[in-house]
Amino acid sequence: MRLRVNGRDAEVDAPPMTRLLDALRLHCGLTGTKEGCGEGECGACTVLLDGEPVCSCLVPLAHAEGAEVATIEGLGGDHPLQRAFAEHGAAQCGICTPGMIMTALSLPASPTLDDVRFALAGNICRCTGYHAIYRAILRA
Amino acid sequence: MPSVGRSVPRKDAHDKVTGTARYIDDLAFPGMLHARTIRSTIARGRIRDIRHELDGNGFVVADFRDIPGRNAVSVVEDDQPLLAEREVRHVAEPVLLLAHEDADVLRRATVEIDYVPDEPVLDPLRSTQVHKSLRIVKGDAEAAMRDADVIVEGQYRTGHQEQLYIEPNGVIAVPEGDGIAVYGSLQCPFYVHKALRVVLGLPADRIRVVQAETGGGFGGKEEYPSVIAAHAAVLALKARRPVKLVYDRLEDMLATTKRHPSIVRHRTGVMRDGRLVAMQVDILMDGGAYVTLSPVVLSRGAIHAAGPYRCDHVLVEARAVATHTPPNGAFRGFGAPQTQFALEVHMERIAETLSMDPVRLREMNALRPGDTTATGQRMESDCTALQVLQEAVSRSDFHAKRERYAGTNRGIGLSLFFHGAGFTGSGEVKLASRASLATTEHGVRILVGSAEIGQGTRTMHAQIVADALGIPYDDVETALPDTAHVPDSGPTVASRTCMVVGGILQRCAVELRERIGDLHPGEHYRLHGETTVTKQYEAPEGIAWDDAAYRGEAYATYAWACDVAEVEMDPDTYEIRPIHFTAVQDIGKAINPTLVAGQIEGGTSQGIGWALLEEVVMRDGAMANAQMTNYTVPTTLDTPPMDVVIVETPSRHGPFGAKGVGEMPIDGPAPAIVNAIRHLGLDIREIPATPERIQEAACVSA
Repeated sequence: MRLRVNGRDAEVDAPPMTRLLDALRLHCGLTGTKEGCGEGECGACTVLLDGEPVCSCLVPLAHAEGAEVATIEGLGGDHPLQRAFAEHGAAQCGICTPGMIMTALSLPASPTLDDVRFALAGNICRCTGYHAIYRAILRA
Repeated sequence: MPSVGRSVPRKDAHDKVTGTARYIDDLAFPGMLHARTIRSTIARGRIRDIRHELDGNGFVVADFRDIPGRNAVSVVEDDQPLLAEREVRHVAEPVLLLAHEDADVLRRATVEIDYVPDEPVLDPLRSTQVHKSLRIVKGDAEAAMRDADVIVEGQYRTGHQEQLYIEPNGVIAVPEGDGIAVYGSLQCPFYVHKALRVVLGLPADRIRVVQAETGGGFGGKEEYPSVIAAHAAVLALKARRPVKLVYDRLEDMLATTKRHPSIVRHRTGVMRDGRLVAMQVDILMDGGAYVTLSPVVLSRGAIHAAGPYRCDHVLVEARAVATHTPPNGAFRGFGAPQTQFALEVHMERIAETLSMDPVRLREMNALRPGDTTATGQRMESDCTALQVLQEAVSRSDFHAKRERYAGTNRGIGLSLFFHGAGFTGSGEVKLASRASLATTEHGVRILVGSAEIGQGTRTMHAQIVADALGIPYDDVETALPDTAHVPDSGPTVASRTCMVVGGILQRCAVELRERIGDLHPGEHYRLHGETTVTKQYEAPEGIAWDDAAYRGEAYATYAWACDVAEVEMDPDTYEIRPIHFTAVQDIGKAINPTLVAGQIEGGTSQGIGWALLEEVVMRDGAMANAQMTNYTVPTTLDTPPMDVVIVETPSRHGPFGAKGVGEMPIDGPAPAIVNAIRHLGLDIREIPATPERIQEAACVSA
């Protein structure tokens, strides 16, 4: 199966119903994408599929064929959202952080607090109560 | 520039925002097998037969006969078997362990178990098996009750709560020489180490436990990782290969510990002017099938049951009983949220009975310096119950809103609460925690067994050490918590990591400074080689606890807080939506204000979930909604704006005046919310206050 991951061609030798999450973690070695629930509820496995945030635990690899997949590793380490998450304490245990950041990438420029709250409603954080995450995204 | 009191960046921020932090499921070892736990499907019975065709076929199978040492999970007692032998006492009790190279083959493997079922006891009120009971006696509550103008009685119930750390539990056991190393998502490396010694029958120096980056704990990774680690270790020693055992969400929710459900009854004598005369409190907690940490959870719950109030005559009678359900265990707050929920809703009902302002009732009775708690502990100058109450009331404009919301679908309510930092009673003395500092080429390295589970351990400890030594924060690093290389600084629980372990580190830094003179530790290292200082916990002066009588200084000190909840009821769906929250919390000193705010906001959010959303539905002794689809925790849309006020009245016990902050924030939200719901005219005495319960209450009051 061919897809593009973080701007590079990737060839994944796995059955078509392999979860995109497993294809990324086990076949591409990109462990920055996390599994929290395996049922599309927690959002920890969020990646961008052709620019749209998806739960990679619910996406079969076949759906990603030929698509552009973006994961946290593709951001490098100096993206304004990453810097803001670090600065505002938006990552506590950190397990939801990659998914949070990937979802936040799909926000419009200069989002309002309500934009952020609605966009992140599918990403569960059990540590922060979300407020540090809002502060980070609104000031990124 | 000093770093204490400043929101310096977290030590772990870069790795976490880039996805390079390595959690347990991100790790792999050459030749590694995957493991799976076969569990009982009935709540109580005898195993008659176990059938499978897995031997050979690349499977490694282990049962209780493969345990090299004792078949016991060593926590407070040793009553819990690591693997069931003949009896099973709860659904999801581990029976058999499987390992295979291929995770898919492993998942498809089937094992059949025949049972002779027995009638389970699922209702704690019907249980006759007591894990632990205790009494706290101050004065003579029964006699004093006769002098009261009014007696108010009530019963309050709370349900299970799942910690729901977003990273499920998991470990990897790796045979190493003639011993074993276990890497895992865990809070207490030395608890796991102790449990492994018992199960494996190996000497201490042949076992190594290493904490991997941990995706949340909240108490849920305090004692249960010992079970998982021992399972993986038994398989790894049998297979002579590394074994990875990582739970999926369903297994984690079905099998691992939760907050103890509680039933608390209050009988309180008050004078017409509001003075508390006598308090009788009866506490029942459902411990589940095995003792685990129930005695200690019960103890903390009982000590906090009379709340931050002065009353000369108190009787608390508490027991934790056994049921045939998965054992309950540690969860942030550790018994105190349950008992303070009951008390704070009861206080509201006392105010209603006396037609009194709920603030005035609490002001009149709040503990002040010089007063004594239920265990007879005299309050020092850092007892600020009254101040946090008054600050929260004025900050939230409580009285004006109380009037404005009356008769609308909005309500406002508050809770006043406290939380003792560190182990209860003589616990810290018995633990005798140690911490070390070692000089390095760049500065110093902290060596502690304390786990970073998101709360900011590494960052906060580094700030304390940096300032105590007078060096930049960046020159302090923290060693990986590996039991072979760090001293046992006790478990990462009980709001003790800052106050207790941070305090020991501060003393290490002071002594290191004496030993290296004016030199920067890095320079001293380059001239003289490594210098290490190790210190052990020392009980502070004036702290005495009588375990038998349950009297004395239950905790070195307490933090104080007041929450104000504002809610809105949807008249069509009976959903209660929190619309604003005020949290005023005196935690002594915020070593790092961003971290402290994070604890308060996060703990408050978990408390809101417990109050309104998080219902563990038990059916035939098992969690029926063991998935995130129908066990719902607060999302962004369920979490209201919060006004967090950090008050800093220094304690003489903690570094730079700091107390504990991790747990207290979860004590207050539930009663504040239920009291706001009471303001709507709805009599709620059980949480979660789901729409079904609200509707029921609305029908009664209509």
